[in-house]
Amino acid sequence: MTDATEIEQPVSSTMLDAWRIESDVEREETSLSEGWEMVIGLEVHAELATETKMFSPARNHFGGEPNSNVHPVCLGLPGTLPVVNGKAVELSIRLGLALNCTVQRCVFARKNYFYPDMPKDYQISQYDRPLNISGWIDLPSGYRVRVERAHMEEDTGKSTHIGESGRIHDAGYSLVDYNRAGVPLLEIVSHPDVRGPEEAKAYVSELQQILIATAVSDGKFEEGSMRVDANISVRPAGSDELRTRCEVKNVNSLRSLGRAISYEAQRHVDLYESGERPMQETRHWDEEGGRTRAGRSKEQAEDYRYFADPDLVPVDPSPEWIEEIRASLPVLPRERRAGLISHGAAPEQAALVVEKGLDELVSGAIEVGADATKAINYAINNLSAEDQLDAAAFGALVKLETGGDLTSTQAKAVLAEMVSGSVDGTAKSPAEIAADMGFEAMDTSELEGIIDQLIADSPEQWERFVNGDDKDRGKMQGFFTGQIMKATKGQADGRIVNQILSSRR
Amino acid sequence: MSEANGGDSLASVSDDESLVLSAEDVAKVADLAMLELTDDELATFTPQLAAILEHAHDIEQLDVDDVTPTHHPYPLTNIFRDDVVEAADVRDEALAMAPDAEDNQFKVPPALGEEM
Amino acid sequence: MSAAELPTTAVDIAAAVNAGEVSAADVLEAHLAAVDATESEVHAFNEVLADEARAAAAVIDQRIAAGENVGPLAGVPIAVKDNMCTRGIATTCSSKILEGWKPPYDATAVEKIAAAGSVMIGKTNLDEFAMGSSTENSAFGATKNPLDTNLVPGGSSGGSAAAVAAGYAPLALGSDTGGSIRQPAALCGVVGLKPTYGAVSRYGLIAFASSLDQIGPFTKTVADTATLFDVIAGHDRRDSTSLPQAIEPTVPHLDDGVAGLRVGLITELMGVGEMAEGFEPEVLAQTRAAADALAAAGAEVGEVSVPSSIYGLSAYYLIAPAEASSNLARYDGVRYGHREHGAANTAGMMKASRTAGFGPEVKRRVMLGTYALSAGYHDAFYGKAQRVRTLIINDFDRAYQDYDVLLSPTSPCVAFPFGSKDDPLSMYLNDVATIPSNLAGHPAISVPFGTGRDDLPVGVQVLGPLLSEARLMAVSAVLEAANGEAAA
Repeated sequence: MTDATEIEQPVSSTMLDAWRIESDVEREETSLSEGWEMVIGLEVHAELATETKMFSPARNHFGGEPNSNVHPVCLGLPGTLPVVNGKAVELSIRLGLALNCTVQRCVFARKNYFYPDMPKDYQISQYDRPLNISGWIDLPSGYRVRVERAHMEEDTGKSTHIGESGRIHDAGYSLVDYNRAGVPLLEIVSHPDVRGPEEAKAYVSELQQILIATAVSDGKFEEGSMRVDANISVRPAGSDELRTRCEVKNVNSLRSLGRAISYEAQRHVDLYESGERPMQETRHWDEEGGRTRAGRSKEQAEDYRYFADPDLVPVDPSPEWIEEIRASLPVLPRERRAGLISHGAAPEQAALVVEKGLDELVSGAIEVGADATKAINYAINNLSAEDQLDAAAFGALVKLETGGDLTSTQAKAVLAEMVSGSVDGTAKSPAEIAADMGFEAMDTSELEGIIDQLIADSPEQWERFVNGDDKDRGKMQGFFTGQIMKATKGQADGRIVNQILSSRR
Repeated sequence: MSEANGGDSLASVSDDESLVLSAEDVAKVADLAMLELTDDELATFTPQLAAILEHAHDIEQLDVDDVTPTHHPYPLTNIFRDDVVEAADVRDEALAMAPDAEDNQFKVPPALGEEM
Repeated sequence: MSAAELPTTAVDIAAAVNAGEVSAADVLEAHLAAVDATESEVHAFNEVLADEARAAAAVIDQRIAAGENVGPLAGVPIAVKDNMCTRGIATTCSSKILEGWKPPYDATAVEKIAAAGSVMIGKTNLDEFAMGSSTENSAFGATKNPLDTNLVPGGSSGGSAAAVAAGYAPLALGSDTGGSIRQPAALCGVVGLKPTYGAVSRYGLIAFASSLDQIGPFTKTVADTATLFDVIAGHDRRDSTSLPQAIEPTVPHLDDGVAGLRVGLITELMGVGEMAEGFEPEVLAQTRAAADALAAAGAEVGEVSVPSSIYGLSAYYLIAPAEASSNLARYDGVRYGHREHGAANTAGMMKASRTAGFGPEVKRRVMLGTYALSAGYHDAFYGKAQRVRTLIINDFDRAYQDYDVLLSPTSPCVAFPFGSKDDPLSMYLNDVATIPSNLAGHPAISVPFGTGRDDLPVGVQVLGPLLSEARLMAVSAVLEAANGEAAA
């Protein structure tokens, strides 16, 4: 795979300020044929977490009986008019700021086309003047993907095809449900800066985390509150051409995204290498078949006849409102990762902990003096995203283990108790739990005292341990360990015992 | 008749150069608008629409590039609604007025093509 | 009280009903009798709502008996243009595509007139989807001018104008996008007002051209216009384009007079220059006579140019169809309205339904609008037209620096025979004087003043800047008085 090189595209001076050239960032090696590189842009649609729809006061809610969350406005009944949901605007600004966008005065535009899931046969969206422009997302790898725009629009309804075999081509009729029609959407469009499937997944995953962290969207693929389309083309490695691209839809998970990109890019390369070229078209990802398929061919390219919606007035957020929203932004995933990295976590570890939402827990534990590495390892290996723990208690537990009061096996058992205890509300301190479980939190100095006593009581054995040959030493090690275990009723940590013995020699 | 003013603005040239709009253009536009015209209608509508567009030549010739367009007579901005549910309970009435419905949904002949 | 003794204006009826002097039921019956007498010829209504009206009148009489003051329109019969949604009552836009369609809600204006105590007597005929200037484009048959049934009543609100002119109701609601209230008012000899854009909520008005449409009153007297306007005007949170500020009541200004008021005749609309053709000499003469009447009442009359108004027609016939082509896309046979069955797929069904359901003028304008917005032509047509709009607004603003109100004929001609303007472009020329106000969003009123050819009424148009309705009423009241004196 090529190194990232300077991307020669026309850029405005503001974009240059916002855009770092990461020539030293490691880019992924894709499986694409030698001499070619992928050029990928990603379009993510995120449903906003509002109570009501974008332009109508019907309920914004996933699931429910068909056509139960509808209102004359979102059904597009004759005579009805749209009114903008202020909360949707606030969330859209918030997401724009989280993506480092410029927030500007914007206008709603009608995108005109006919389809039964479109109540008005036009979609209210944004075209010339979108709300958010010129942003970026920095991936965990350090690479920056530029965001061209993030604009507001309304979602469509859903049509279900009913036919003999359930396949679209044999459909007998279609049924339309308008529950989703009018739900507020943010369409987030990246520049074609992505160069491989892993990078694409990282971008989408990062965006998803930001959407969730800012409470702008649930970001759930399975509920459709987050959808991804990929624009894919290829070009000779190192060139700056932009060749014909295809839009790939029906990608329903990160895994599918990766597979679809790999497949489609290679399909393009195969066409070029056999003297042909890909057609500019929309294709569908077939998960079962592991391939993309051409969409229905259209006689003429869609002409959406965009114009400013005369039923709506511009949205012109004041600088004060924007600052108010900016001030309410939570700490974003990138900063959270940076926090853990500063405590010594490797980037992949930090990414994993943040993704699981456990970074606050780990940071809190570190703050009360817990060992960072140990805390991070526990978060990665022994905790899940749903686990809720008090950070100070977690920190105390980590300290019990590193201090030798608990073996690692014991510590894990206590941790499991803490997790279930926090669920049923019977939270006890780690020391209490350890006591309940019979793991006396053994003081190291107490243990040292016991060992020193034993050494004093067994001078001959000690002499052999210190000065004897290997065989003797081994036997005496066993002798002392046995005595110590007897004296401590088996609660001493074997490793610590050995440490102490070694240190006394 | 006068030539096009500004090469980018007029329709394709047809046999009758006096028409700013050809029958082919009208047929394409009808398609975009989901209308089916008979040959007679095409023959009638084309000159009528052409005459109207001809009349619009007068503004085509205006130099208004540095004039901002008016989308609304009154410069309102930031008209918002609170994010509060207003139950409309309109499902039954809406389905009752539908030409065809099934399973609480609007029923139509098969919709080919992709959702956007 | 016999029908002859009943009050006839809205103001008088409401006062009498509220005072218990007259019953809403009696008032209604008198008007229903007028309907019975001539409606079969005039065809002002798509549907007469006799039963509903009787029930409503009965409720009003009960409330009066219980000591309530029912409101400024108590017991007044009102006709509503059939492009305004009336809950549970067919709202067709005089189109086959909405034949029999019953909305599940009322338009805001309809709610307001009901709350003011009026009695809705019927839904009136219109040019299909409000596209036309003669009501000949109705899918359910034309409306005749009550003054001469060989002549058109004007359009698109021909039914509402005719209903008032014929005495079926003292009040009617119409809608005006390019002149569709003012022009039929002029042709039928009644008063018609297009309010400031945003003064009256468009919620429930079935859209034709969203940035131009306004609901407004038809009446026989200026006082009734002021009263009805005050009822329907006001902010509505369901309409984003509705003006947020309170609208000043106009009734208190009816007697303001015109002393010292500066009145400007619009040069371009007084039969000179590019638009001279088509203006009947009598119409121009009556407009000058109206100016003279205002001068006699103390106004300072002059002439002022609004140069860009000559481009109004072209701009309008790009903007209005463009917006309409998008507004009418929803009529696709999926959720309501006419559906043609038997198509193999949805696209086929949509095409067949729209083709069967829309009349030729609607199709023409939808295609024109689609073309004006389409790729490659958007900037040259729609884009330019929106800029011309700005030019017109700027010209008006300049004129209003030197004048308080402007004056022009409403329509270039008096009522014309059916079928006499079957070339679309010649029909569009009817709107040349009314269109500029729609493009600017300004209010304008048509007031009967004198007669023209064949003794047919002439309408004179008074124009004002944004939210100047009160002043328009004052000027119109003076014209009304002068016209009455002249007629006497």
